[in-house]
Amino acid sequence: MQLNGAQILLHCLKEQQVDTVFGYPGGAVLPIYDALYDSDIRHILTRHEQGAAHAADGYARATGKVGVCIATSGPGATNLVTGIATAYMDSIPMVCFTGQVGTALIGKDAFQEADITGITLPITKHNYLVEKTEDLYRTIKEAFYIARTNRPGPVVVDLPKDVMERKIEFEPCPQEVNIRGYRVLKGYNSGQVIAAVDLINNAQKPVIYAGGGVIISNAAAELRELSELRKMPVTTTLMGIGSFPSNSYLSLGMLGMHGTRYANYSIGEADLIIAVGARFDDRVTGRIDSFAPHARIIHIDIDAAEIGKNVDIDVPIVGNVKEVLSAINQRLSQVEETSEWHEMIGRWKDEFSLRYGTSSDGRIMPQHIIEKISDITRGEAIITTEVGQNQMWAAQYYKFKHPRTFLTSGGLGTMGYGLPAAIGAKLARPDLPVIDIAGDGSIQMNIQEIGTAVQYKLPVIVCILNNQFLGMVRQWQGLFYGGRYSYTDVSQQPDFVKLAEAYGAVGMRVTDTQEVDNALNEALQVTDRPVIMDFWVDREADVYPMVPPGGSLLNMLGGE
Amino acid sequence: MNKKHTLAVTVENKPGVLTRVTTLFRRRGYNIESLSVGETENPTISRMTIVVAGDEKIIEQVTKQLYKLVDVIKIVDLTEERSVERELILIKVKADNNVRAEIVQIVDIFRARIVDIGRNSLIIEATGDAGKIDAIEDSLKPFGILELVRTGKVAMIRGGRP
Ligand SMILES: Cc1cc2nc3c(=O)[nH]c(=O)nc-3n(C[C@H](O)[C@H](O)[C@H](O)COP(=O)(O)OP(=O)(O)OC[C@H]3O[C@@H](n4cnc5c(N)ncnc54)[C@H](O)[C@@H]3O)c2cc1C
Ligand SMILES: Cc1ncc(C[n+]2csc(CCOP(=O)(O)OP(=O)(O)O)c2C)c(N)n1
Repeated sequence: MQLNGAQILLHCLKEQQVDTVFGYPGGAVLPIYDALYDSDIRHILTRHEQGAAHAADGYARATGKVGVCIATSGPGATNLVTGIATAYMDSIPMVCFTGQVGTALIGKDAFQEADITGITLPITKHNYLVEKTEDLYRTIKEAFYIARTNRPGPVVVDLPKDVMERKIEFEPCPQEVNIRGYRVLKGYNSGQVIAAVDLINNAQKPVIYAGGGVIISNAAAELRELSELRKMPVTTTLMGIGSFPSNSYLSLGMLGMHGTRYANYSIGEADLIIAVGARFDDRVTGRIDSFAPHARIIHIDIDAAEIGKNVDIDVPIVGNVKEVLSAINQRLSQVEETSEWHEMIGRWKDEFSLRYGTSSDGRIMPQHIIEKISDITRGEAIITTEVGQNQMWAAQYYKFKHPRTFLTSGGLGTMGYGLPAAIGAKLARPDLPVIDIAGDGSIQMNIQEIGTAVQYKLPVIVCILNNQFLGMVRQWQGLFYGGRYSYTDVSQQPDFVKLAEAYGAVGMRVTDTQEVDNALNEALQVTDRPVIMDFWVDREADVYPMVPPGGSLLNMLGGE
Repeated sequence: MNKKHTLAVTVENKPGVLTRVTTLFRRRGYNIESLSVGETENPTISRMTIVVAGDEKIIEQVTKQLYKLVDVIKIVDLTEERSVERELILIKVKADNNVRAEIVQIVDIFRARIVDIGRNSLIIEATGDAGKIDAIEDSLKPFGILELVRTGKVAMIRGGRP
């Protein structure tokens, strides 16, 4: 069969069961777009390549499949960079195809040439520049394999135009991927599993600290079993939200900088921490030498380099969370009743439940909006977020029940992530309501993607918690810089309702606490276009409780 | 305790692999003391000899992070192994007639070689482990070193084990 490079690419995408790609055309990818013209692969035309990358990322997080995006050479490729770095920090499987100038022009500063493999070296799991059409098939197969196996991550495949144009005799051969320097991790050290079981059986005050790895390895059921067998309380990281039902009596909610007091106190008091697919991020541990001072630590992670990176570990287990947890669970016996430990935690939960005050300026309290969204959608929606206060309130006040329903940029903290990610998620899960909890600052970073949602009739809902500030930064200026609000007042802003309407979306403004319910119900009725809801919220509400940066988890501000 | 470690890193012989390795060191803040690369008996594989200083924890991180590079095939820490280590140095030293004899003596003692004779200078080549190379450099310093270049270390485990 005679195929050109672009047709081989599409053949590979089909083979990888890719049904949706996100992209933006340009000169260097014209051959690919020409091939797409005849293909039944759904191509979503975003309004900016950053949007395409985040949408592919949202699609990947919502499904667990590899997200795919396409951009042209030069500026198209560099526009993907923030999206690639976002996926890299959160271990999201993605393959990004970038156009490149013809092989004869590479290195000559040709028109729209950018060294994208060089640029993305430190923010990809791996990357490739394909030099021959003959190498395409194997390379693309490897790219998908590397993106989704072991610790997932983004892979960039740079495709020179002539490589995509050249026709070769192509025989699809289902050969296995075999890379000398890359092996998929199988199994685990069973001696370590026994050591872990031993620690668990002897612990008086155990805490499970669950992270994004539980979601990545689809191990929510195993996590729940572990917790329920021994009645062990579970706290999750921001990335682990959804891996454990927040309505369980064993749930401690999130830990860390904006975690609950009872989660952080439990860590401080615990005699055993079971870290499951989590990486001891500084937003979680606070001051590292005062983290879990009384605890032995079991750490289960697929990436050996994570073990011992930040914290010394008593029982390291390198392996897939799902496999390792089932092995541990098999060796544990059920305990029936809860202990003094639960009484202690129960008292903290009563005394330090998440709470917020009343508005100082008569506007809506942002936390109230999240609680309402949580109630109305019964914790069954997919929530994406922007970055800042909006993100933390979403994490604290939405009652998540399922994995892959909270999509947020945790590691990089990318403002502008939420809307394109919501578009990717809605395409992946049209059956669920998809809501982007946004700040008025962040939403303006990728607001253009509302056009994409209109074009594809995607009823995503953007809830702007409009405080007319870069709120999270303002909060830090208030707390640590003597209230000097340097360049964080963003009250010069568009009329978001008119803006929505100009794009062909529905715009709503909500200024009164009494209207929140009705407005949300109304927005959820819309089925054929996106909705932007402009909630006027208390301008100076802060996120509490809070561990000041570099402080110990036990010294929290607020929320008492 | 900070200690120098010599890592023998087997990698794919492909463009860009050296950049991947050095980018990793730079990004994670590890310091390369010396690095040398060359093709092996198998032309698809190169071998890097990297000398890096750090305590056990840092060396462990370096090794684990290197292993995550798809193009890295194998890493052996030669520090604790019985290994042969060699470095090559070229030194151009000031040498007028008054001191030539003295320099030749030093060259003999170190079993080095004179590889070029100029009107007022000599180029001396020596190979050996780092200690020997440092010593010859020190011995020649008083004559006035005009130019000096060292290759960085290469190393191999003794005996049958790969
Ligand atoms: C404004 C802001 C505030 C924040 N505040 C907080 C906060 O208060 N609390 C908080 O928790 N976070 C907070 N974060 C997020 C924080 O920066 C980190 O992103 C997050 O804590 C990391 O989560 P994680 O440890 O679960 O790791 P992830 O980044 O989710 O990493 C997953 C881990 O699991 C491993 N893994 C992957 N797959 C598998 C598998 N199959 N089997 C085994 N292991 C696997 C990976 O190797 C990795 O170590 C905040 C972020 C922002 C932007
Ligand atoms: C791309 C990017 N630029 C800057 C920042 C730093 N930053 C973190 S939170 C924040 C404020 C976000 O403001 P807004 O979107 O209005 O959300 P709020 O905190 O008010 O909810 C800023 C500027 C960032 N995280 N990302």
